[in-house]
Amino acid sequence: MARWQFGITTVYHFLMVPLTIGLSLLVAMMQTAWVRTDDPKYFAMTKFWGKLLLINFAMGVVTGIVQEFQFGMAWSEYSRFVGDVFGAPLAMEGLVAFFVESTFLGLWIFGWEKLPRRVHLACAWAFSLATMASAYFILAANSWMQHPVGIEMVDGRPQLNSIWAVLGNNTVLAAFPHTIAGAFAVAGAFLVSISAWHLWKKSEREEVWRASLKFGTWVGVVAFAGLSISGDVQGKLMFEQQPMKMAAAEALCHTEQPASFSVFAIGDVSRPDCENVKSITVPALLSFLAHNDFSSEVKGIQDLVPLYQQKYGTNYPVDERLGELSGKPIDYVPALPVTYWGFRLMIGFGAIAAGIGLLTLWITRRKIPEGRWFPIAALASIATPFLANSFGWIFTEMGRQPFVVVPNPSGVDGVWMFTAQAVSSVHPGEILTSLIALTAAYGVLACVEVFLIRKYVRGGIAGVMPAKTDDGTLAFAY
Amino acid sequence: METLWFCVIALLWLGYLFLEGFDFGVGMLLPVLGRDNTERRVMINTIGPVWDGNEVWLLVAGGATFAAFPGWYAALFSAAYLPLTLFLLALIGRGVAFEYRGKVDSDRWRRTWDTVIVIGSWVAALGVGLIISATVLGLPLNANGDRVGSVFAAVRWETVLGALAIAGYALVHGATFVALKTEGEIRDRARRLAVTVAPVALLPLVFLLALVAGWWAAGVGVLAALGVWRLARGREGQAFGLLGLTIAATVVTLFGSLYPNVLPSTLDPAFSLTVAGAASSPYTLTVMTWVAAFGTPAVLIYQGWTYWVFRKRIGVRHIPGH
Ligand code: HDD
Ligand code: HEM
Ligand code: HEM
Repeated sequence: MARWQFGITTVYHFLMVPLTIGLSLLVAMMQTAWVRTDDPKYFAMTKFWGKLLLINFAMGVVTGIVQEFQFGMAWSEYSRFVGDVFGAPLAMEGLVAFFVESTFLGLWIFGWEKLPRRVHLACAWAFSLATMASAYFILAANSWMQHPVGIEMVDGRPQLNSIWAVLGNNTVLAAFPHTIAGAFAVAGAFLVSISAWHLWKKSEREEVWRASLKFGTWVGVVAFAGLSISGDVQGKLMFEQQPMKMAAAEALCHTEQPASFSVFAIGDVSRPDCENVKSITVPALLSFLAHNDFSSEVKGIQDLVPLYQQKYGTNYPVDERLGELSGKPIDYVPALPVTYWGFRLMIGFGAIAAGIGLLTLWITRRKIPEGRWFPIAALASIATPFLANSFGWIFTEMGRQPFVVVPNPSGVDGVWMFTAQAVSSVHPGEILTSLIALTAAYGVLACVEVFLIRKYVRGGIAGVMPAKTDDGTLAFAY
Repeated sequence: METLWFCVIALLWLGYLFLEGFDFGVGMLLPVLGRDNTERRVMINTIGPVWDGNEVWLLVAGGATFAAFPGWYAALFSAAYLPLTLFLLALIGRGVAFEYRGKVDSDRWRRTWDTVIVIGSWVAALGVGLIISATVLGLPLNANGDRVGSVFAAVRWETVLGALAIAGYALVHGATFVALKTEGEIRDRARRLAVTVAPVALLPLVFLLALVAGWWAAGVGVLAALGVWRLARGREGQAFGLLGLTIAATVVTLFGSLYPNVLPSTLDPAFSLTVAGAASSPYTLTVMTWVAAFGTPAVLIYQGWTYWVFRKRIGVRHIPGH
């Protein structure tokens, strides 16, 4: 249940996060273009997309606050176990990134007339860079759980002995570009879809929408290329660091050499013996993805399980805090349908998003289609990169089960923690209450956010332009 | 080193209570001081550029506790699970409300969000008071640092007193801030209100301090009284500063009485979490010290700059349409 709560709140938080990260940089670039060229087109773009950014940011902040406290509330055993390492990047994120983010965003919102133009522009950049810094620190924390480094075991607890190892973990070096590229894929698709809709509606200021569409497409395409490259690097690392996760991603039951990549499967992938599964495969591709070599061997689940059992034990320790799992055999295989389909949906939705971007640019090059299908398709496609991101995370997080801290095959021995050991010993009713309350609150807020975004999208440029008042002061943001 | 970090965390809480104290207060007083929509907008715009930055002090206090005292972080937040959930919901509500209130031009929409701001600010101010006093006065913890007993163990008469203490402080502090940052009628109204309610609103704070530190509380009471007196004389800046000193003295008293514990156990003093027992390794603390040594001054500088940029008083005449 704690897992459900964490999963729901985090996935929800991560719906806002990529849009904030991606859009903030794009808005900063638009504003730079405006400051440089004085072209009112860019001013309109900054204002319009900036407004949507703010609506989204508010939700990112409030859902993030919940995240910060969740570890202590619901995962107190985990926090005790890893606090020496895990807390540091979290605290740095606050001190280095969140302060900058919140302060300079405040200055940006309220400083339009009060600050010199270039200083005001610098605030937009500071904000955007801070969102990336925050992503880096939190991903370093997350990557440590996937691949613990920079520690030694003291009294049965990991103790930090090199912060640089944690911040320079090769897992985060791979995950950061991948996640940031994912953020730009989201922002690019956002620009494309909304601009296409306005073009179809023949809204005023056509040149603004054209420019946004073009910008969004290029961002999306470059982002997808970045995703593929970084995803490939990440995949190779994962074959080394978490072979079980990658075997699960492929639902690869038996060791193969060379191993083929499964594109699509029919049947029940949930069984670790692969009965009843027919799948369309590309021969030897998986070997290449894993080791850059078309003929290499890739270990399957059946062969990995004994290795894991030998290293990490066959049964959970007897401990009343483990509840009904106490002393039971450990199931080392993650939920296969989730990992298998999660991985495919991530790549699939990502590819669709990039494809749609290109297609839209091509279709609208000369004439905007008149049919009703066009705006519907455009707006529906906003969802694809969001889905790709969520599935990417669901795959990453579910693929490391049953561990919460995954043992590092090449690092310090003996550092790992099972998810079942990590939770707080709080009353289940408490978690259920908060699960219901937070889910309900998030549900309401989601409706409000979508409503507002829709309203401002519809309002177009006129809806976001500042109204000059008689005495020359600008309208306030609140 | 552990002691240094104990002080840093006290300092972060101080920053949080001082800064978010006034923006809670502004939210709590929204319907009282803001007679119509324009006045309410004046009030919200006094904290508009800064409330999110203020809230980060809380996040960093939480994050720093996690990094420096994982045992404390784990025990406190899991033991106060439900009150904390409520507190987080309140923060969510008011944060969204500030941002979304002005985004639709309709009276009903604004009234709804105003209600959320008021309730959210009250609940959050009470909640943070409850949590701080629970950490100072202790929770029923067992040897592992897990709470035993009721899910509402954090809610007792002493901690409720703590909740009222912080909420009362926020009320006066917020009204003083409004008086400091606005002009015209609303400024006078805020000043009068602060002076009138102060004797009652600040009482729980003095009682709380008397509970943990005896007569020393009188000193803090005098500071607060001085602040209110300057306010009554129309010296809002001085009053605001004195109220800042009041909360500083409060935090020093509370955390001073806590040391060398970080979270006492009300069951058996042997189970209490101590500075030494709950701390991270010296290496981690060294790393964090470097980060804080560079980070904190930078934060103070650019947050200070924000207040400087938005130093002008605002009044009804700045709101468009008036
Ligand atoms: C890859 C990026 C990323 C990931 C994985 C997470 N976040 Fe996040 N978070 C951000 C990227 C981000 C951001 C882009 O920096 C946000 C989004 C909107 C915003 O305001 O900043 C943010 C906001 C945000 C805030 C509010 C900051 C403020 O008031 O300005 C907090 C406290 C957290 N996050 C904490 C967390 C925690 C504890 C996470 C781990 C489970 C987490 N986030 C996952
Ligand atoms: C980078 C920051 C992150 C950290 C530190 C982190 C950490 C954690 C922790 C501690 C858990 C609970 C333990 C567990 O169930 O294994 C968890 C589970 C989970 N996380 Fe993450 N996570 C992060 C990012 C994300 C993101 C961005 C998403 C999705 C958008 C996500 C999705 C999930 C899901 C779905 C679960 C539940 C899996 C399950 O059922 O166990 N995580 N994560
Ligand atoms: C097209 C090629 C892609 C490949 C080969 C790929 C590969 C991977 C791999 C191997 C992981 C797991 C890494 C880990 O466990 O840390 C991963 C995670 C992830 N992927 Fe992809 N991916 C691709 C495309 C995408 C796209 C298009 C998106 C989103 C728009 C995306 C979003 C994510 C996210 C959010 C994660 C989890 C974050 C992380 O662990 O860094 N991926 N991807």
